[in-house]
Amino acid sequence: MKFAVIVFPGSNCDRDMLYAITDALQEEAHFVWHSESDLSSYDAILLPGGFSYGDYLRSGAMSSTSPVMKAVKAEVGKGKPVLGVCNGFQILLEAGLLPGAMLPNENLSFICRNIPLRVERQDTMFTSAFDEKEAITLPIAHGDGNYFCDDATYQSLVDNNQIVFTYPSNPNGSVHDIAGICNEQGNVLGMMPHPERAVEALLGSTDGLKIFQSILTNWREAHVLNT
Amino acid sequence: MYSTLDISPEKIDHDQLYKEMGLTDEEFASIKTILGRSPNYTETGLFSVMWSEHCSYKNSKPLLKKFPTTAPHVLQGPGEGAGIIDIGDDKAIVFKIESHNHPSAIEPYQGAATGVGGILRDVFSMGARPIALLNSLRFGELTSERVKYLFREVVHGISGYGNCVGVPTVGGEVQFDDCYEGNPLVNAMCVGLIDQKDIQKGIATGIGNSVMYVGAPTGRDGIHGATFASEELSDESASKRPSVQVGDPFMEKLLIEACLEITQCDALVGMQDMGAAGLTSSASEMASKSGTGIEMIMDDVPQRERNMTPYELMLSESQERMLLIVEKGRESEIEAIVEKYDLRASTIGQVIDDQVLRLRFQDETVAEVPVDALAEEAPVYYQDSRQPDYYTAFQQQAPYHPHVEDAEEMIMTLLQQSTIASKEWVYDQYDTMVGTNTVVTPGSDAAVLRIRETNKAIAMTTDCNSRYIYLDPSVGGKIAVAEAARNIVCSGGKPLALTDCLNFGSPDIPENYWQMEKTVEGMSEACSSLTTPVISGNVSLYNGSNNQSIFPTPVVGMVGLIDDVQHITRQGFRQEGDAIYVLGDTAPEFGGSELQKVLEGTYFGTPPSLDMEVEQVRQTQLLEAIQSGYVSSAHDIAEGGLAVALAECLFDAEVGCDVRLEGEATTELFSESQSRFIVSVSPENKEHFEKVVSGARHIGVVTATETMSIQINKEQAISLATKDMKEAWREAIPCQLKSKD
Repeated sequence: MKFAVIVFPGSNCDRDMLYAITDALQEEAHFVWHSESDLSSYDAILLPGGFSYGDYLRSGAMSSTSPVMKAVKAEVGKGKPVLGVCNGFQILLEAGLLPGAMLPNENLSFICRNIPLRVERQDTMFTSAFDEKEAITLPIAHGDGNYFCDDATYQSLVDNNQIVFTYPSNPNGSVHDIAGICNEQGNVLGMMPHPERAVEALLGSTDGLKIFQSILTNWREAHVLNT
Repeated sequence: MYSTLDISPEKIDHDQLYKEMGLTDEEFASIKTILGRSPNYTETGLFSVMWSEHCSYKNSKPLLKKFPTTAPHVLQGPGEGAGIIDIGDDKAIVFKIESHNHPSAIEPYQGAATGVGGILRDVFSMGARPIALLNSLRFGELTSERVKYLFREVVHGISGYGNCVGVPTVGGEVQFDDCYEGNPLVNAMCVGLIDQKDIQKGIATGIGNSVMYVGAPTGRDGIHGATFASEELSDESASKRPSVQVGDPFMEKLLIEACLEITQCDALVGMQDMGAAGLTSSASEMASKSGTGIEMIMDDVPQRERNMTPYELMLSESQERMLLIVEKGRESEIEAIVEKYDLRASTIGQVIDDQVLRLRFQDETVAEVPVDALAEEAPVYYQDSRQPDYYTAFQQQAPYHPHVEDAEEMIMTLLQQSTIASKEWVYDQYDTMVGTNTVVTPGSDAAVLRIRETNKAIAMTTDCNSRYIYLDPSVGGKIAVAEAARNIVCSGGKPLALTDCLNFGSPDIPENYWQMEKTVEGMSEACSSLTTPVISGNVSLYNGSNNQSIFPTPVVGMVGLIDDVQHITRQGFRQEGDAIYVLGDTAPEFGGSELQKVLEGTYFGTPPSLDMEVEQVRQTQLLEAIQSGYVSSAHDIAEGGLAVALAECLFDAEVGCDVRLEGEATTELFSESQSRFIVSVSPENKEHFEKVVSGARHIGVVTATETMSIQINKEQAISLATKDMKEAWREAIPCQLKSKD
């Protein structure tokens, strides 16, 4: 399976994401600079964390207009898995690929620590390796991780079963403890916690690896069915 | 021909305008001798920044020579952007520490942020990828609103910059004492990783080669920052706020990636950061090192403000700028790399045969001075040194030996002392994990990062207990180095080398100079004994405010090598049933202790003694035991003594301990005797461990009761719940920040 790791100016978890795929998952991954306009040769697209364009405007706002985002939208239309983590999630929100917006953390400070997380949906292409409602631990590291949406949007997230991860103990003020959501089709996932930082026992946790394993397993199954 | 500014050389001389730039009469006279004429305004500016203490080390040079700087594993000692050590596998570690004290005192957010930016550039200018940041911070007590503001904003500044550039902030320390009230210390350390074949140097060789400027355009910020850093702070310092630069971490991130890509291009000859004294220091130092000169066209320097003069362009300390020497005719290769990152590379001059720095502006030569005069020939001052009266008095005092009535209450008090309390409030705001190499995050004795493509890891720490150094700089200096090494050993690493940031008061005061002299002697002795040479560093003098100098604070940043990631060890007890040992003897030593601070509110007497031979043997034995796999956890005993260190061992796994001690209670619990460790060992390894480590005292066992239980002379002395201690320890700093004075 071939993964694209999109690199925007100021991305800084790009290498971590690449290593998660090449070293931990042991699949193929390549960096793709944000000025590229064709992603058709990749099977999955990863938008890493960081501070693209310094987050000097709203987080993710500048990057959402990069040429590569048109290509991302095209591949979303084809049903390919697209995962945005942290700043990648913010970019997906700004690009309109996921609903809602991100506010500064409630305490107005950057927060970096391991936090407990609950897997709300086990039936997505990103989470099938988890158990139903599994309690996991992943690191967060963000200043603008306070997810917000209005009541109507929240209701549609609930109705369409789009809430994938929640915080049992809310660290940043996110509305309804939301930590990660997917689109209606289920092939775009945005999440603030960093799965790519939790793929090796040496660094403390392998809970994040299951997300990448889920993507791989589902791709393989689909691939076998198609051929 | 030198008249781009209205101020004539004669006027500078006659009106003594050079004094405003920080030059003395003697220094100005010596400049005239070197040039054989009076310098013009721009030239006077060049000399004033290059001859400042910050750039020239004119007061500290004679002392710095005493440091051991070589060892077989040292690839680069002092003199370049940063020092380099060999860690095998054709890889090397690049590191340096630097101060940003004065800017942080008046503009804490930007002062701290640009401190981080500057030290990063020192490391990636060597061609290394920055992989870790550490910070050593000192503030006054958290009782005044001013100190709380400085503390909050310094931490925000470090967090804002470090997190954005994507280099994890993995460690450091924060201590609080009255002497830092008006002059906080902000020392930033950066550690980089490099393949040995990629090591770059700041050189300007090859006559005709191009001088290229990469990064942010030059503005009027930070003019005379180096000079400002070389004066004592006063009530007027706030007016120097324009001397503080403003950081742009996004630009820095682009610059890191661009420079590391440029490093792989063989059109690059040399590279140096434009740090203190900006374009002046980078150009003159690169040329001076290479026996060449540099001519620069000031009109071609990228500028973000209008009508800047050569004086301003040369002295600006605008951030995120690099100076490159590139092979003639291959400039476009560099331009192509930097354009990818939306940056610009401008050719602003060339390497010349004449060993001068020649500046051209609007088709005229506006400055021409020998590069060696700027970079090498600053005056060297052998300051008067005098043993302070306080020291003489302290040495004659009878040993201080307090008696604690309620030991349980004292332990709870000590755990809430701001210097001992958990720094979670601080490091929660730092991205400690980006890069996915951090194995041991802040909170243990040292931070540990694994090195990809190898089975190795490195351990890093910063340390300095300035109270001991104030009481006795020679002994305290030894302790600072030894304690840093203890932290490395406890993590499973072999200490390799150190970088130091010598924060002192004004060297013009003989008592301060004596402190520096003795400190350096003590540190040098410990460095030699532990084979940890000094490979880079920085001197920050004139620290103090309103005529009160800080305690001498030579911060030690040390790096060690862990041969195998299996050896990585943490401070916390891990397993119920493990045996607890204390290594090292305990004597009634309370001078400069945390207990003395609590009981007396001040420090006096003599610090704990330190025998370097004992220290060296113990560290070697403990490391051998760790490498043999006999040790479950290891922690050094520092501020607050055995009682505090034991409590800290319980916090990770939230376990308890049952400990039995013999002797005088206050000494056993709270003495700060040196060269001591708490080690836990699983029952099956006890015999092996005792064979390797001589004189290890078996004091108890790790329990699941979640209580710290200590018997002294067979009587129950302490019974404290781990949960209560941990809560008090964790909540102390957030609580102090919230309370109003």
